Amino acid sequence: MAQQLLNAIFIGSIYALFAVGYTLVFGILDILNLAHSAVFMLGAALTYSLVVNHGQSFWVACVLGVAAAAIMGLVIEHVCLRPLRRRRAPPIAALISTIGLALIIVAAVEQGLPGTFFAWLWVDGANSVSFPPGVVPNPTWYVAGLTLEASKVAIIPISILLMLVLGYVMRYTQVGRGLRAVAENPRAAQLMGLDVDRMISLTLVISSALGGLAGILFGVSMTDISPYIGRDYVEVRGLAVIVLGGMGSIPGAVAGGYLLGLIEVIALLVLGSNARAGVAFAALFLMLVLRPQGLFGVPLRGKV
Amino acid sequence: MDFITQLLTDPVGFYTSHTLLIANVGINSILAASMFVVLYSGQLSLAAPGFMAIGAYTSVLMELYWRTPLALNVAAGTALAGVVGVLVGLPVLRLRGVFLAIATIGFIEALRLGVILNLPITGEGLGLKNSHADPLGGINIVLVAVVLVVFLLWRLTKGRLGHAWAAIRQDEVAALSQGIDVARYKLIAFTLSAVLAGVAGGLEAHLNFFVDPGDAQYGVTRAVQVLTFAVLGGSGNILGPVVGALFLTTLPEIIRFQDFDYRDMVTGVILIAVIVFRPQGIVSRGGLAIVRPRWWPRAKIRAPSSG
Repeated sequence: MAQQLLNAIFIGSIYALFAVGYTLVFGILDILNLAHSAVFMLGAALTYSLVVNHGQSFWVACVLGVAAAAIMGLVIEHVCLRPLRRRRAPPIAALISTIGLALIIVAAVEQGLPGTFFAWLWVDGANSVSFPPGVVPNPTWYVAGLTLEASKVAIIPISILLMLVLGYVMRYTQVGRGLRAVAENPRAAQLMGLDVDRMISLTLVISSALGGLAGILFGVSMTDISPYIGRDYVEVRGLAVIVLGGMGSIPGAVAGGYLLGLIEVIALLVLGSNARAGVAFAALFLMLVLRPQGLFGVPLRGKV
Repeated sequence: MDFITQLLTDPVGFYTSHTLLIANVGINSILAASMFVVLYSGQLSLAAPGFMAIGAYTSVLMELYWRTPLALNVAAGTALAGVVGVLVGLPVLRLRGVFLAIATIGFIEALRLGVILNLPITGEGLGLKNSHADPLGGINIVLVAVVLVVFLLWRLTKGRLGHAWAAIRQDEVAALSQGIDVARYKLIAFTLSAVLAGVAGGLEAHLNFFVDPGDAQYGVTRAVQVLTFAVLGGSGNILGPVVGALFLTTLPEIIRFQDFDYRDMVTGVILIAVIVFRPQGIVSRGGLAIVRPRWWPRAKIRAPSSG
């Protein structure tokens, strides 16, 4: 029971870290970035590929994985979002263009076989793989009947620290003030002399770097890396998390992440493993129907 | 390129060798029509795969347990999908934009992962074997259904209902102030969409020997695929989504390479290109939307805009 609760906190941290990036983009741009789960997967896949197939050290690979995710954030902005923003396209357009990019990223990892153009992304085709033991430093402690693996325990402080830093930046720094100004009213922010495009690029870079890091943490601790981890584990759950916490709210995404982890573990204990995911989505559906602003959101304003 | 050559030089041979593909184009066209109805009334609903699953499981279970005729099975599945459509539509249609999209995603995944994968009668994760399926003969009823659906929607969009939907899509508040019962017309659109998805699901289940509760069949992946049909083709009129379905379903056959699977990549590139350069879709009026990059010199004379 205590072990399950601990697992809820581990997985909840990953959900939270992933969803913070999701909700940051939604809060500032009112856009659902559906390429976010592909960036999550890319972080994990690239790290794995560099360590296992290209003989890099784990830490170098982590840095490169996060860097690649951050660069992918710039790609999302320049390819999928900026041309649409110039035309004042409705948010559904960005939904489609980011789906397109997600398809490309997933296919690139899937097809990254040795000898092809995407060999540098070579994971293992469509198969699920995991880091061979010993590659990732992973001491394990046994305390009071609980198994504590370093790779899982480390997730909690890393996630909380990053989310605190992000919260501080958003609330107290000049950059954060600029980002919030863009979120409030991009036009007015521009008239006040803010470089809105640069602010949005920055948002995407931060969001994607967090997503990529969440992917690496997931890949290391859950020992499951495949082109589909983004789609299967976090894409829709990430939506559930940001809805539970209130769309666009960073503290809400954090709380929602842990709440979803908890809901899933309770469902697992009470209803068995099959019902686990279904309960999460039922919670998402009910939440939207009964309280669309989320647990911590302000009531939605009807836009006329 | 054999695919197109055969289509042009030997249509009859093409039909016999690609029957299942043509049937799938038909199924996907009905699904695209289901997406069209909600988009046309301004609702971004991704619930189609959920109603498909209802139609498919209902009709296959009737087939397996009662051995009732195909038409009755599909009709029952469709009716049930419609009833569930009303029940789901009543609460969720208060939501707008991406919130509606997320709620419908919650619905389809809760149905698939929570209900279908847990009920013994639906075969849980293993799916259902339907030994009475008729992959080759099933195509006729599919083609008839496509023609009926397209004609029905073509007429509907030209009539009172279609005008109400268009008004709601353009401005919900303005439509309300014109005396249009917005909630009612939205519910009609949502239910009709559910019914069409139920038909598609029921028909599809009788083309395959196996009903698979996977993500690509009744999950988010399918929902996204159906959305791309409608967006790629354009949702200004019913032909757009049908052309989108035709294009995206046959694309994998056209660009089939020996050892390297570029299909998803090409689909992704096409999606981005269409949404950036031709936001109204393939089948719509208007030219290409070229967005001037910042470093590109501004045009001297602005062309007069023509609606």
